[in-house]
Formats: sequence, structure tokens, C-alpha cells
Amino acid sequence: MNRLEKKDRLIRLALLMVAFSAVSILAVITVFMFEQGTPIMFKYGIKSFLAGSDWYPSEKSFGLWPMIVGSFYVTLGALAIGVPFGLACSVVLTEFSSARLRRIIKPVIELLAGIPSVVYGFMGMVILVPFIRKTFGGPGLSVLAAAVILGIMILPTIISISVDAILAVPPAYREGSIALGATPWQTVRMVIMPAARSGIIASIILGMGRAIGETMAVIMVAGNAVGVPGSLLAPVRTLTSNIALEMGYAAGEHRQALFATGVILFIIIMILNTIANVTSSGRKRKTKA
Amino acid sequence: MSLDPRTSQRVARAVLWTMTALTIAVLLFIIFFILRKGLPVLSLEFLTKNPIDMGKEGGIFSTVIGTAVLTALAILIATPLGVGTAIYLTEYTWENAATRIIRFGAECLAGIPSIIFGLFGFILFVTKLGFGWSILSGGLTLAFMILPTIIRTSEEAIKSVPAAYRQVSFSLGGTKWQTVTRVVLPAALPGIVTGIILSIGRSIGETAAVIFTAGSALRIPTSLFSSSRTMSVHFYILAREGISMPRAYGTAAVLVIAILIVNIATYTLMNRFIKKYS
Repeated sequence: MNRLEKKDRLIRLALLMVAFSAVSILAVITVFMFEQGTPIMFKYGIKSFLAGSDWYPSEKSFGLWPMIVGSFYVTLGALAIGVPFGLACSVVLTEFSSARLRRIIKPVIELLAGIPSVVYGFMGMVILVPFIRKTFGGPGLSVLAAAVILGIMILPTIISISVDAILAVPPAYREGSIALGATPWQTVRMVIMPAARSGIIASIILGMGRAIGETMAVIMVAGNAVGVPGSLLAPVRTLTSNIALEMGYAAGEHRQALFATGVILFIIIMILNTIANVTSSGRKRKTKA
Repeated sequence: MSLDPRTSQRVARAVLWTMTALTIAVLLFIIFFILRKGLPVLSLEFLTKNPIDMGKEGGIFSTVIGTAVLTALAILIATPLGVGTAIYLTEYTWENAATRIIRFGAECLAGIPSIIFGLFGFILFVTKLGFGWSILSGGLTLAFMILPTIIRTSEEAIKSVPAAYRQVSFSLGGTKWQTVTRVVLPAALPGIVTGIILSIGRSIGETAAVIFTAGSALRIPTSLFSSSRTMSVHFYILAREGISMPRAYGTAAVLVIAILIVNIATYTLMNRFIKKYS
């Protein structure tokens, strides 16, 4: 073996180690989150953590139920807005627009992804919240405000992934349908959408992950009162805002309880990631066959 | 209810286009609103003077520096790791269990919310390793966050380099590493740079992961261990605590302009890259 071959071998080994960096980081994050967050959950009982509705950290009462429900409501609301608009944009981009228009619309939508979440939150704070307060009453800082802002924020995720899924549908499907006399809309509804289904579902799940994980924008518009919101116009606190709002001054068991909040969030996100991963890899296998 | 297909086609087209137009309108509104309110505040003085009295007066100079240093550090750490991973995945191996694990890891990392990165960075870098609230803690945390983006874009860039380039290099007696460094990487460079620019955009806009790792000191950082406030964090504090709305708008305008520049740069580079190889 000459010197060059030896060098190449060393390089391969070094690259292999580098390649595992992302996985190692993921592993380290998992270990640290669980190490910090789980002891307190077991100390007070997992059930009281998940189902308890009182969050009084100074009195050692750590019930996360209102925040879990809050995250769920806000995410559901975001999907109710983000999914129809996201899919509409995807269909227009792939099926109903000329190549020239697509070249203009696509970067514009990508720009939505680049805007910092604090800017979205700020827009919600100065425009949407006062608007809701004046039009519908209530404090304005509400489930509705958070849902609308998050619905806009998840659009780029939904659009970029479902556009890819729709573009991956073989052109023959489209041509066959049109040749049989179907209108473009019938083709979209009955041929393209079903064929791209798994990719579209993956895009929605990833959008959901984004909505659950978003922090700063939600804090700025949701009101953050602890308690299961009674209506769309009531303030709400999510898992993420619970962490961010109290992390600055929390210590001892209070801090551990915030890490426990993080653990619950982490588990939800990992489940969503895995589902998205499985559905989209199923799609890859199908299109290859 | 069954509509005549021609009518339903027309209705569907109109509805979908309206929804798309609305989406674009919202985006344009956000950008114009921020720029309209923020641009009048912007001046050379605003950019080059330090915040005074928690940001009530003065400019945003120290936060611009904080953002630049933090972003630079994150890119410096994440680029070699990300590009290295991409080279390994594309040039040194074939699809097997190991690559599936690597890809799954990167995808999961991409989905982790920034607040979790913030918590993790806080516990590991700020407390356990004793870096404190600092540029170093924040830079490392951000680097971990942008790593998946760099891996994915570099991988796509390297994959799109035509196989003939490699074959010619091998036929001339080039080793694998020579081929990678002298032929493949230069050809893939625009694509890789695109990923780096995207990551810069993400770092500039990040708040949740940074506020708990880099802290929010308003002084100009003097070493890797000084705490520093980024523009996003500053903007968040100004707006949420109602310290100074005009200055909040001004900072938001700087952020939005930075993001516009990032997007335009990405777009032009990407187009040039795609034209070259297709």
C-alpha cells in the first residue's frame, strides 16, 4: 500500500466520524433532555405531571395539562389555516400556473420561510391582536391570534414538501387523465392528489411539528395565561412558551420542571418526525417501483 | 351536489388562485409594513451607535456586532461538519444501514424546535461546561441547529456534479480525495454556498435558542466568553417590554432587509448553479 492509499484510508475514516456528528448531537440532546427532565417527573408522578391542571412552581405544583391542551388547540388552529392555503398554493404552483409565473411565486413563498419568527410575532402583536380585540372582543391575545400567525408560519413547510410530492407524480398519470377528457381540476382531485398523498401527509405532519415547536411568535400573541382556554378568544399558554417565559428566572425543581416540559415537547416532535419519515420513505419506494 | 365539470374547473381555479394571491399578499404586507414603519428610523447613527438606557435611546450597533460574530462562529463550526458529512454520504459510501441512520439523525435534528436547542445549549454549554452566557455557547448551539441545512444542501450540490467529472479525474490517476477536493468540491461550491447563506439567514433570525445561551448583554463582545445580544433578541425585548416602539421597528427593518439580501443571494446563486448542470 503506497502513501497516497494510506492517506485516502485515513480520510475516509475521518469523514465517517464527521458524518456521525448529526446523529451524535441528536443523541447528546436526547440524553441531556431526559437526564434533566425525567427525575422530577418520576418524583411527583408522571400522571400528575401530564394530567394535573395546576401550575404553581413556587408551591411545587407542576401540572402541564393546560399547556398540553393549549399547544394542541393552537396547532389544530394553525393546521386549519395552513393546510388549505398551503395546498392551494401547491396546486396553483404545480398545475395551474405558467412556468414564468411559477418563477416569480416560488421565491416569494420561500421568503415567507426566511422571515424571523419574532417578526411574525411582532406583526401579530401590533396588527392581529388589536384587530381581534376590536372585532370579536376579549383581550385579543388569544388562541385565534396564535393559530393565525402559526398558520402563516407553517405555509412554507407545507408548500415546499407538497410541491415536491406533486412534482414527483409521473407525468403519464396527468397526461392519461387529460387524454380521457378530465378537466385539470378533476385531474388534480382524482389523480394527482391521491398519487401524491403520502408526501402531502408528510408535509402536514412536518408543518404540525413546526407549529408545536414555535416559541417566540406564540409568546407575543397568545396571552400566556395558564389554564385550559374556554374559547377561541381566550388567552392560552403552550408548552414552548411555558419554557421560554420562565427559564430566565427558574431554579431548582422549577427549572427541572421546565426541562420536563421540554421532554414532553421533545417526545411529541420525535413521534411526528418518525411518522413523517416513514410516510415519505414509503412514497419513495412506491415511485421507484 | 354535482356541478358541471367545466363550471367546477372554473370555480376551483378561481378559488385556488385567490388563496394563493392572499398568501402572497400577506407576505408582501408584512415586508412593506415593517419597511414603511422602520425605514424612517434607520440612519447611519442608528446602525453605528450603541443602545443607551436598555435600548430606549441610541442605536443597535452592539447587537449588529453580536449577531455577526455569533453567526460567523456558528457557520465556522457547522460548515466543515456539514460538508464533511455530505462528502461521506455521496462519495465514500453507498446506501446502507449507516447512511440511513445518518440521514434519519439529520432529519430529526432539523425538526427539533429551537427552544429545545436553547434548553440543551443552556444546560450543556452555559452550566455544565461553564462557558456561561457567551458567544461560544450561543455559537455552538446555533451550529448544531443549522447543521442539517448545510448537510442537505451540500449533499444535493455534490450529487448534481456530473459523474463524468469524477471519471475523468480518476482516469488521470487522481485519488479519491484529490478528485473530491480538486474536482467535485469546486464544481459544487455554488450549491454549498447557497446552503451556507440560508443558514446565515436562519442564524440571524433565531431568538429562542440564542437568548438562553448567548444571553442579552448590551456591551460589544470582547471575547468568545462575553455575553452578547443579537438583533433578534434585542428586537424581541424592545417590542415585548414596550421599551421603544420606533427602535423596535427600526431593528425589525434591519432584520427584514438582511433576510431579503440573503434570499436574493440564495436565489441568484441557485439559478446559476442549476443552469450550469442541467
